[in-house]
Amino acid sequence: MKRKKVVAMLLAGGQGKRLKSLTRTLAKPAVYFGGTYRIIDFPLSNCSNSGIDTVGVLTQYEPLVLHSYIGVGSDWDLDRKNGGVFVLPPYEREDGTSWYRGTADAIYRNLKFIEQYNPEHVLILSGDHIYKMNYDTMLDYHIEKNADCTISVIDVTPEEATRFGILNTEEDYRIYEFEEKPAQPKSTLASMGVYLFKWEMLRNYLLMNLNNPDTSHDFGKDIIPLMLGEDRTLYAYPFQGYWKDVGTIQSLWEANMDLLSENPKLDLNDPRWRIYTRNPNQPAQYIAPEAKVRNCMINEGCQVYGEVDHSVLFYGVEVGQGSVITDSVIMPKVKIGRNVTIHRAIVSEGMVIPDGAVIGTDQDNDQEISLISEDEIGNFSAKVSPSL
Amino acid sequence: MKQLMGVINLDHELDVLSELTYFRCGAAVPFAGRYRLIDFVMSNMMHSGVEDIALFVRRKYRSLLDHLGEGGPWDLDRKRGGLFILPPDWNDPSDVSVGELQHIYNNQNFFARGPAQYIIHSGSQHLSSVDFSEAYEYHIKQGADVTLIYTKAEELLPEHRPCVRLDVNEEGIVTDIHHEHDNTNIYMDMFIMEKELFLQLMKQCIAHQESHVFRDAIQKNRHKLKIAGYEYQGYHAVINSLESYYRNSLDLLEQEKYQSLFSAQPVLTKIKYEVPAKYLESADVRHSLVANGCQIDGTVENSVLFRGVKVKEGARIHNSIIMQKCVIEENAVLENVILDKDVVITAGRKLQGDTRKPYVVAKDMVI
Repeated sequence: MKRKKVVAMLLAGGQGKRLKSLTRTLAKPAVYFGGTYRIIDFPLSNCSNSGIDTVGVLTQYEPLVLHSYIGVGSDWDLDRKNGGVFVLPPYEREDGTSWYRGTADAIYRNLKFIEQYNPEHVLILSGDHIYKMNYDTMLDYHIEKNADCTISVIDVTPEEATRFGILNTEEDYRIYEFEEKPAQPKSTLASMGVYLFKWEMLRNYLLMNLNNPDTSHDFGKDIIPLMLGEDRTLYAYPFQGYWKDVGTIQSLWEANMDLLSENPKLDLNDPRWRIYTRNPNQPAQYIAPEAKVRNCMINEGCQVYGEVDHSVLFYGVEVGQGSVITDSVIMPKVKIGRNVTIHRAIVSEGMVIPDGAVIGTDQDNDQEISLISEDEIGNFSAKVSPSL
Repeated sequence: MKQLMGVINLDHELDVLSELTYFRCGAAVPFAGRYRLIDFVMSNMMHSGVEDIALFVRRKYRSLLDHLGEGGPWDLDRKRGGLFILPPDWNDPSDVSVGELQHIYNNQNFFARGPAQYIIHSGSQHLSSVDFSEAYEYHIKQGADVTLIYTKAEELLPEHRPCVRLDVNEEGIVTDIHHEHDNTNIYMDMFIMEKELFLQLMKQCIAHQESHVFRDAIQKNRHKLKIAGYEYQGYHAVINSLESYYRNSLDLLEQEKYQSLFSAQPVLTKIKYEVPAKYLESADVRHSLVANGCQIDGTVENSVLFRGVKVKEGARIHNSIIMQKCVIEENAVLENVILDKDVVITAGRKLQGDTRKPYVVAKDMVI
């Protein structure tokens, strides 16, 4: 088989605990975003658009939805004869180990998968972020610098820097230090969790890391410091553009709201960089005579009889007469009855909101975003007060 | 349903939707915001478990080829069977067949290779959500030679005029086939027949220089064959004129019609990876169907917007059908208009058609 230039490994096993009940039955990369997508559509589409045709998706937590969603990868043009997308869940081994113990361990356990393609470089991605990025341009940079490892970084504010893995670099972006969530950040270059390694180099360090009894099997905490300690060539690749970690209810809501401006920073309508997704085959959306829709994104299969302002509606949502939806994200197949008020909320898939319910009011604009789902049924009844 | 194989015969369908059929056949005309007319019969066949479909085309089928591809959206890209688009390319010097029967004569392999014992033969102009497997069961129960699918029109419309009518008795047997305009039993251009009988009738027709499958094999033999009539109840529209296209498109804005066409089962079509429709600050959209990829900052009322249409601020659209990727610039006004794909209406232009005779703009025009 011809040697592959690059193979991508997408870490998609995370639970995303801070997304609460949204990740009760599915992994974080399968969480819905932007009216039609799931988070994992972004790295998969980026791979497809960057000409990367071999992608291993490492799954662990609640993989059913993710596995069936990815399928053979045809939606991302990743159903290939030579390569394609592969779902790689953990498996039991002779030594009794089974679960992936960390990001680096997940890659180590799939050495054989990568070796099949004998790639020159390996791209490590995570399935937690919303961004559009040409990995091929990053690969050119990585090759030009003759780097052993290149880490994509985004410039953040000094306050934000305390929440990220920060890379301290020379002027030419050569990395000399990695600090996880530093209290006193020396730099504002935050790691985006996108790593390019020379495959031989990564392989050696993964094996070397096994000898460390205290290892946490993590790229940021173990592999990168190990390489820096041996004076390897590590470069930061400055990324320009929209990038958002949607790890909390608040940030997921914000990222959805970011799409509603006339010219959003994240342009999803770029024919040269399509974000692919599994299509649910819904008819064109119906906007009724008495409906009012402004500043929003609405997907196919929706039927709107009420008022929707500054909100994102996924496919198959119904909004009944007299209902008013503002500043909210309504996930697929939610049925909203008549005269319902929903303000600053995320309503999860398939919920039925009874006539007259009130979720949030115009007054509490600083309040936390309400998450409405089966699991929050206790909170739900507190937040949802059926009117008389 | 291994028992049924599909034949979609477009040969006798005329390209009568004026500008919309200048460059494409009727079956490829876009409909309801994101479909093409052929999607409805394709989806019905798929939902009825049909796994082999032959498509007989004669002309203007380029856009149909592009749309159908290998048949993936209808689950017809298969190792065995699947979708066969059969263009009019035949070179047998001993061939004496004429008209539609040329397709049958020259594509005998399709019939011979398919494992199914029965054929469902259909055109593309009758939109419905008919379940062919139910019609097939009815055919077997009746012990008929052929079963014609028909529907009772609540109200006779101009587009029903060219349709074949059936007299059906209480036992569900067709007693006559004709064109009497006041008969409300509209034949939907769909029949089921055993493959062996079908091929035998075709052979006979070819030998006698006949040219039309339905008229010559079934209608002329109506007193020799046992013909059952399967009554379909549900959404039905015939698209065989610009007027019927326009009216039936806008009729889908009635909630009942929309539900009856789309709620039973999904209609499948070629996937475009468009972002959800976006409504901006000054958008005012009412009583309309909107597809994904649209960006609306103007007024849209009583209209159908296909994928990727841009409506700029101050533009007004009423009673119109706007196809894929059209751009309606600032303060342009459209009323009773059909825009084919990729039309640009520049700022401030006004186009107006009549409610019965919409103004049609051909593909790629800039006005």
